[in-house]
This record gives sequence, C-alpha cells and structure tokens, in this order.
Amino acid sequence: MKKSVFFGALAATTMVAGLAGATTLDDVKARGELICGSNTGLTGFGAPDASGNWTGFDVDLCRAIAAAVLGDAKKVKFVPTTGETRFTALQSGEVDLLVRNSTWTFSRDTELALDFVAVNYYDGQGFMVRKDLGVSSAKELDGATVCIQTGTTTELNLADFFKQNNITYQPVTVADDSEGQRQYLAGACDAYTTDASGLAASRATLPDAENHVILPEIISKEPLGPVVRHGDNNWGDVVRWTYYALLIAEEKGITSANIEEVLASTTDEEVKRLLGASGDMGVKIGLDNAAFKNAIAAVGNYGEIFARNIGEGTSINLARGLNALWTQGGLQYAPPLR
Amino acid sequence: MDQHFARTEMLPPMTPPITERGAVKWLRENLFSTPFNIALTLFGIAVIYLLVRASLPWWLNSVWNASSLSECRQIVEAAAGTGATGACWAMIREWWGAFIFGFYPPDQWWRPILAFGFLMAALAPVLFSGQTRNLTIVLVVVAVFLALTLWLAGTPGIAFGLAALVVIGMLALAQVQPGKLIWFTLIYPALCFWLLWGGSVWSPIVAMAGFGVLYVVFRQASPFIGLAPAAGAGVLAAVLWWLYLDKALVDVLHGVVPLALQSINSDQFGGFLLAIVIGITGISFSLPIGILLALGRQSDMLIVKTLSVGFIEFIRGVPLITLLFTASLLLQYFLPPGTNFDIILRVIILVTFFAAAYLAEVIRGGLAALPRGQYEAADALGLDYWRAQRLIILPQALKISIPSIVSTFIGLFKDTTLVAFVGLMDPLKGVTQIVRADINWKGIYWEPYIFVGTIFFLICFGMSRYSMYLEKKLKTDHR
Amino acid sequence: MAFASDAPKDGFRLSMLIYDTRYRSYTIQIVVLVLFAMAVAWLLNNTAQNLAARGKEFNFAFLWQRAGYDIGQQIIPYTNDSSHFRALLVGLINTLVVAFFGCIFATVLGVVIGVLRLSKNWLVSRLMTVYVEIFRNVPLLLWILLTYVILSETTFQPKDFRLTDEMVAAGQPPLASMMFFDSVAVTNRGTNIPSPLFERGLGTVDLGFLSLNLTLLAVIAVIVGSVWVNRRILASARVTQEATGIRPVTWWKSILVLFAPIIVLLVAMGFHLEVPTLQGFNFKGGILIAHSFTAMVIALTLYTAAFIAEIVRAGIQAISRGQSEAAFALGLRPGRTMNLVILPQALRVIIPPLISQYLNLTKNTSLGIAVSYLDLRGTLGGITLNQTGRELECMLLMMLIYLTISLTISAVMNMYNKSVQLKAR
Repeated sequence: MKKSVFFGALAATTMVAGLAGATTLDDVKARGELICGSNTGLTGFGAPDASGNWTGFDVDLCRAIAAAVLGDAKKVKFVPTTGETRFTALQSGEVDLLVRNSTWTFSRDTELALDFVAVNYYDGQGFMVRKDLGVSSAKELDGATVCIQTGTTTELNLADFFKQNNITYQPVTVADDSEGQRQYLAGACDAYTTDASGLAASRATLPDAENHVILPEIISKEPLGPVVRHGDNNWGDVVRWTYYALLIAEEKGITSANIEEVLASTTDEEVKRLLGASGDMGVKIGLDNAAFKNAIAAVGNYGEIFARNIGEGTSINLARGLNALWTQGGLQYAPPLR
Repeated sequence: MDQHFARTEMLPPMTPPITERGAVKWLRENLFSTPFNIALTLFGIAVIYLLVRASLPWWLNSVWNASSLSECRQIVEAAAGTGATGACWAMIREWWGAFIFGFYPPDQWWRPILAFGFLMAALAPVLFSGQTRNLTIVLVVVAVFLALTLWLAGTPGIAFGLAALVVIGMLALAQVQPGKLIWFTLIYPALCFWLLWGGSVWSPIVAMAGFGVLYVVFRQASPFIGLAPAAGAGVLAAVLWWLYLDKALVDVLHGVVPLALQSINSDQFGGFLLAIVIGITGISFSLPIGILLALGRQSDMLIVKTLSVGFIEFIRGVPLITLLFTASLLLQYFLPPGTNFDIILRVIILVTFFAAAYLAEVIRGGLAALPRGQYEAADALGLDYWRAQRLIILPQALKISIPSIVSTFIGLFKDTTLVAFVGLMDPLKGVTQIVRADINWKGIYWEPYIFVGTIFFLICFGMSRYSMYLEKKLKTDHR
Repeated sequence: MAFASDAPKDGFRLSMLIYDTRYRSYTIQIVVLVLFAMAVAWLLNNTAQNLAARGKEFNFAFLWQRAGYDIGQQIIPYTNDSSHFRALLVGLINTLVVAFFGCIFATVLGVVIGVLRLSKNWLVSRLMTVYVEIFRNVPLLLWILLTYVILSETTFQPKDFRLTDEMVAAGQPPLASMMFFDSVAVTNRGTNIPSPLFERGLGTVDLGFLSLNLTLLAVIAVIVGSVWVNRRILASARVTQEATGIRPVTWWKSILVLFAPIIVLLVAMGFHLEVPTLQGFNFKGGILIAHSFTAMVIALTLYTAAFIAEIVRAGIQAISRGQSEAAFALGLRPGRTMNLVILPQALRVIIPPLISQYLNLTKNTSLGIAVSYLDLRGTLGGITLNQTGRELECMLLMMLIYLTISLTISAVMNMYNKSVQLKAR
C-alpha cells in the first residue's frame, strides 16, 4: 500500500494538467515551458552534448518558438522521439510540436491528422557510394546492396526508384544514421541512401571523405518542417509565423547582433512590424508584440541558424542550395508580414 | 625354530612419484586425465589464445586523454604505428556523467546518490528485521559509501549533515530498538521520490498523510460499521484526500514553510539512474500486485481465478517491447481524452504490470512449494483467509521465493535497456546513440558498449551472488 | 468484532453477504466482475472518444493496401506491391524462423555447456562458468549489437573475393576466398549459401493467401515415407528377434529404403545446387542469409544457452549420486552413464524451465529492432504502423499474434512434458 502513495504523488506531480479544450498556446503559456519533440540524436539537426544542452538546426527553431511565446529561449524541454513514436507523441499531446526532420507528405498531413506548417529545410533523397565502386549514376546500382533507415519515407522512395528504373537492389535496413554510416563504412552496403543533407553530413565527418561521392540523382522531394496537431490553427500560426519571422529577418539583414541597432534606426515598415515597433502582429496571434524580436534576438535569423549548425565552415558543411532565400535563387520565401 | 621377521619401526613415508604430487598431479587430474580431456584443454587454451591475440593490442593501445575520436586515432597511430587500433576511453571521461546520471544536473548528483544509499538502508530492516548486528553492519557500509560518494559529488554541507544525522540516528535506533527501523522503510518511497524529483518537501509529506487518513478513518469507523465497510470508507477517504485536498494543502503549507529542492524534470533522467529508477519502482510496485495475482490464481473463486490467469498469461505471452510501445503509443488511447503524463511514468506502469505477472508466477511457485500441512494447520487454528495468508502462508512462501524474486529483478533490470526504443535515455542504447551522434565521437562503437556492459555485469553479478548468499542464510528447513 | 456464541438464526440478512462464508465468495466474485466490466467499459469508452478526437476509425482495411516497402529477408514471395498483410506474414515467418533456429542451437549449446560445466577438467569448467556468468548478467541487447558489429566488421567485402589482373600478374591470391569447395561465401553483407534448384520441379499451387511449393512437399513426403518404412522394417526385425532369438540382417534394407527413393526423386526432378558467384557488386545466385538474421540467431543462442546450461546443470545435480555410482558399478563409461542414465532422468527436471526459456527466446526475437531485422515487430509493428499511422490496430494485432505464438509453444511443450513425465514411476 505504501507504494501507491509514491505512485499517486508521482502521477500528481508529473501529470501535465489535462486542460480540456484549452489550446496548445494556452497550455504552453500556463506551463511556462515548450515541449518540443526532437530527434534521439542526429548530428547537426538535434542532439544533446555531454551536459544535456541540445543544439542543432531543428533545436534552434524550437528555441525561437519558445523565445517568441515565453520570452525565453531556454524554456524548452526536448523530448527525444524515435521514428516510430514521433507522430503519436504529437497526436497524444505529449509534445507541443515536432521538429524532427520529418517529411511533409500527403498521408501524414491528412490521415495522421497532423499539420505541417512550414518547410525549414528542403531536402531530397540521394545516394553516397565509394569512388572505387566506379559508379557515376544511381541507375548503375543494379544489384547493389543499399543501406536504408527504417521508419522513414526513404524506404518507399527507394523501392519506387528502383522499380521505375527496372533494376534491383538488396536492402540492408538500419536503425539510425550512425548505424547506417557505420555499415556503409564497413562496406556492408555499396550505397547509403538517406536525405542529401544527412549524406553530406556523414561524408563530411568521414576520415577519407575524398574517397566517397554523392551521386547526382536526387530521387525524391523531402520537405522537412515543423509539425503541429491538426485543428489547432492558432498554434499552427504561431509556429509558422515565428519561422517566417526568422526568414524575413534574414531577408532584411537583421541578425541577433544588430537587432537593437536596426530597431532604432529602421525606416522599413515591415521591419518595424516584425520587431513589434509598430502594428500589433504579435498580439494578433496571442503573443507579445515583441515576440518575433525575442525569437530573432535569441537564436538569430534563419541564415545564422543555418550557418551556425550545419552551414559551410561547420563540420557538417552543407551549402545553402535550395535553402537559400528566394532572392538568392533558393526556395525559402516568406509571405509578407502585414 | 620359527623365525619371524617383523619390522619394529615404521619406515618414513616416501614422497609420492612425481606424477602423483604437486603441480603435475593437479595438471594430470584436472587437465590431462583422458584423451578427451586433453583435447578439451587444448581447445580451451586455443580459445583463450585467440581471444587474447585478437583484442590485446586494442586494449594495450588505450587512449585516456583526447577530445575527439580522430585525435584518439592520431595518438594511437603515433604511438603504435600506422594502422594500429586502440581503445579510446577518452570518450568515457567526457561522457561518464551522462552514462550514470543522464542529464541530471551535476550539482544535484548527490540526490540520486543519497536516494540509492538510503535504499540500501531501507532494505535492511526488511531483510534483517530486529537483528542488531546485521543492521549495524549494513548501516555502517551505507555510511561509508555515502560519505565517500557524497564527498566526491560535492554535496552541499547542509545536505551532507542531514544525511549523516539520519544515518547516525538509524544506527543508534538499531542498537536500542531495531524493530522500529521498519518505519524508515515505510517513509522511504516518499523520501526517495522527493530526493529524485525535488519540488516542495510538503508534497510527499501530504501524500503520505493520506495513509494516516486511511488509518484514522478505518479505526474510527470500524466499531460502528464493521471491518470491511470501514476499510472501504478508509480507502475512499484517502482517495478523496489525494484527489482533492492534496494539491491545495501542499500549496498552503508551501506558502507557510517554503522548503524545497530544485525540481528535476523526468526527461533529465537517463543512464543507469533511469535503469535503476525504472527497475526498482517497477519491482516494488509489482510485488503487492504480484502477491494478489498469485493468490487470485490459487483462489477457488472462478471469476477471480480466470481474471488473474488471463492477466498473467497475457502479459507473459507478449514481448516486453510491445508493452513498452503500448506505453508509448497506446496508453493514451485508453485514458480519458486530455490525460497526458510523462513517458517515464507510463513506462513504469507497463513495466510494473510486466514484473507483476512474472512475480505472480514466482510467488505461486513459493505457495505451491509449501507443504499442505501449513494450510491445514492454519485452517485448524481457525484463522480466516487473510489472517492465514498474512501470518502463516505468505511469510514462508515469500521467503522461499526470494532468490527467484531477485532473479526476476535482475531480468527486469537488464530489460530496462529496451526503453531506448521508445526514446528514453537508457545507458546501453539511448546514451550511446547520443554519444555516437556527437560530432567529436562520431564513429565510436566498442568503447561505450564495453563500458556499459561491464557496469551491468558488475551490478547483476553482484545481485545474483547476494541472492545465493541470502538463499543459504534463509534456509531454515533441515535438509 | 463480537463472537457469536449461538448458531446463527435462520433467515437471510444482508450482512450475511459479507460475513457468511457461504455467500461471501459469491459477493466478492460479483463485485470483482462488476468492477472489471466497468473498467473495460471505461477503457473502451475512452478509446472510442480518443479515436473520434483524432479522426481515426478502428478497422483493419489498411492491411489490404499496398505496402510499398521492401523486406530484405523473405521466405515467401513478397514485393513492394504486396499488401501490408503479406508483409505481416513475411515478418511473422521471419520471427518464427529466428525463434526456431535459436531454440535448437541454444538447446544443443546449453546442454553441452551445462555438462561441461560439471566436467572434472578444471580449465574447461572454469571457462564454462565464466561464459555462463558473463552472458547471463549482461543485457541481451548488448549481445545482439555486438554480434552484429563483429559479423560485419570482421568479414570481407564482396570485392575482396575478386581476383584482379594485377593480382594474377603478381601471383597473389585474392584477399578472401569462398568456403566449402567454393560454395559458401561469407561477406560482410551476409552469408551466401547454395540454393537447391530443380530443372523439372512440380511447380506451385496457389491457395490465395499462400502458395504451396509442390516440389518441397514431394521431397518431404518421400523422406517421411522412407523413415516410416524403415521403422516398419526395424520393428519387424525386432519381432523376429524376439520370436526366434536371431536378428535378421536389415542394414542393407534400411539403406536402400532410406536413400534410394529420395535420390530417384531428386534425379527425376533434375536437382542441382545453384552456387553463388561474384557478379557486379554482389554475389548472385544461391541464398543470401543477411547478417541481421545470423546475428539474431547467434546472440539469442549464446544468451539463452547460458540460462539453459544452468537449468541442465541443476537438473543433472538433482539426480542422486547413487545413480551414477550404480551405472559405474555396471561398468558403464562416464560418457554412456551421462547419455543413458543421468540425462534421461534429468530431462524430467529440465523440461519445465526449458519451456519458459523457449518462450523467452521467442519473445526476445522482438529485439530484432536493434539490428533492424524485419520480423513481425519490424513489419507490422514497425514500418506498416509508421506508414499507415494505425497504431491501435497494429499493436493489438501484433500482441495477439505474439500471444498466440507463446500459448501454442507452451501448449505443445506442455504436451511433450506430460508425455515424458508419465513414464516416471
């Protein structure tokens, strides 16, 4: 009997109050903490260090949203989710949003009752092979052994690609990226397929990167982005527009370093609206007017986040490519903030 | 004339031939007695030789000081020539905290250590009730362990002093009234909860007070409405207490005396701390459930029996991993909409069910091993069912089952590694996965697994030896 | 509580439902039943509400949709065009295959180690003790991960089997070579073994949900028939021996009956082995056994064998010394004593815990998740669940299947146990 009190107390303290009918935004504010579904560890995108501080490209988006909603980028709790548990964790309300390089697909958007609110990374599935394999196109991979992560869309894309080109392959399924890389390095597969960003990251950390090539074919579109529950439109707006605020900031040249200067000197009406100096954009979605400013000040603009976590110069060394701003030939384009 | 020759003095004993003494004899008897044995010995030597040859250079080239895997490799190659391989234990230096405590804040590490030390102190009164000598030994061991580890973990002075006070108090009590120490065991769950998760000191106290409410209501009501209804009323009162009064009372009391520890989120639990928390809470919650299930399975009442058997067989028939996925994916389907709690708590619930089903079978074995005479004697004394169980049957049955309970616990403890598959940071796969995603240590493989495996081995081996010792000690029959 | 000094008066009072032992058990059972029914209703109601809230419905129609993913190891034909149900079957078979081989190997290894642990050879018994303690006290997950990585890190890549022109010029052999007369190749992707092929096979009959391979059936039928006829021959020989005291010579009959029919059948169907050869990236032809499978079997075997060894040791030690002394007095050698006297008796003690080890092993196959072995959990509870988002249906179905497997195994083994135990005294 004495045990059940422990249980009761445990339940009482750890139970997040099930506020029936409350919106996610209210929940987050009441709790004073944003719960963000993250990866169990993916270099550059989301992984904790030895003392439990999470860093990464996806992690920074969560921090930006925490800064916008709660005014403090540190008030985020990261819940590691696996490929299998991630969507359920979101549906059941265990996490407020999921930023876990998840691909936006029709069925996930509709059948799983989720909403993909933005695309923070445009990716595509590619192949990495050893140079001495003598392969220059993925179509020459007939009969090859291919390492592939389970529980992802890449499995389906791979099956489709080989079928379309009427060639065969032998799949070697792996549980996560580290394992895929290990198998590939050991030569257990001829080609490793995953999102091109992941491939580039893997290649960058190889001791003999020059002996490996990423094949030119990108066999799928992989728009990765933050996901929220279907039906809570206000919360979706908060996440979407915080993300766009980061994009607009880059477009306008606002960084975490110069944000105060810009605010003091700007004559640009959109920048003023963005930073809360005029209009009531923040209030309209249930936040402070300074919400976006807080977000940018906390983590920097989109370009800064990219450069800091995965950009050229980091050990992951990804080019902006499709993720450059639309003004620089990329796809990242924010609707006007008005 | 008869002449007899008889030796009058004994010859000194001769030394046995060389083949029958010393090392040679031992070798002959133990290693080379028959051709088959010779073959076995040679085979054994070959196995050892191959293992050592394959792994020795790797161990010898170990590197303890480096900041990344590539640096490790450079050091090894510089020391032992190109192409040489060596273990990179430098990773452990950087990450050992995460392997043991997960992301529990380092300045709070004294709390889990204290909880662990007190756990041993709380188990002692159960195992050695009333035996001053054994209790003293255990408490002294606990005191030494705590003094050493708490000092290493940099415990704040006040906590250190309080801990010392508690242990000294228990030691004193063990000398005077060892029987009373059981009270420490009774309050331990609340204490442990408070130490680990932190928060206001009042929440465990008020929660514990619920039992007081239960008892008082039961005592006051039983003369008027009878035992069984009074027990029901007591339980009802306690539940009402926990559901409605608990939170408000904690707030009020906390407002008056704000005594609190820094509150720690469940997501910061990881590594062996997580494994031990899940294992121990799982086994201790499951013990009462397991006893009830075992009694239910032995019961004459058809419905009770069917339900117990159904539960036990269902849980034992499916792999633990499906139960963990149930905790992660399905549990929230079964609870009222909007209910939402911690994945660790959900995992503990399912692990408790899992352990309860296994313990029920273990205890059933203990019940079955009791001679029928014990049941008959209990009946002859006119004891009712619960008294017979409590006074005669269960004490003996549980004692018989202790070794199996310990081995169930060892199994459960090893199985806690599976929580990695629902995204928790178990030491074996969860933490290792994070280490392997760290840009500095990307590509490391053997070292974390060997490190974690060794600790698992030490803990489990230690427990199994201890249970063998207990088994011998508790044996009271005259076989 | 007051004690009644008189016999209770006749007539029924409500309190008798609680205090009268004649009625109490009914009261308790009814209360339990009502509580149980309420709990079930509560759970069902919650589930229905939650499903509705998430806009999902509970049905299994998704099982007949196209799966769209590939499975590395498939014993029955499967492509990514097959249905999720087919994927489930493939996964189920993969689970059963691992469990089957695991149980057999673990039993053999466990018995050997259990016996050797009692050996008088100091070195061997110590080695076996170390083995048992190490494998019992470290999580199975670790053994699976380590076996897997050892398999893929210590074996050669397919390209190392190739003999290049430079090597010919330098007179070097290739880095790696095939085993067993060039028929088996162990690469770091898996083990390639020859596959039996038939030029004039009997084809297959499609029964809708599964297709029957007639060739295989014919082979099995002939083998079973031969063994049966051989048994008849031996039985009749025994009858003759008992009647006349002379045992007729049967060995040539046995050989003829056992081997001739199957050889004739194989030749008639044009049996030959397809040996794997290195073509392009990989070995082609033959059967590829993936390392995830091998690692699962090896790790499960090693782990479970440690437990079985302890069971066997306990079983042997439970047989009184008098038995082996009696056997020695009869002049039996230690080996024969073990086989003929000790083990048959120990078996009765061994079988019940052995059953639960088999069950554990079968359930532990679900750890294939660690090496992405696509068993039942990997297909139905993994990719299918993930692609369709039907966690309730998938998980319930999966648990039901595992439960069925477990109950079947324990039923079969208990039947066997009874048949063994009946012979005791």
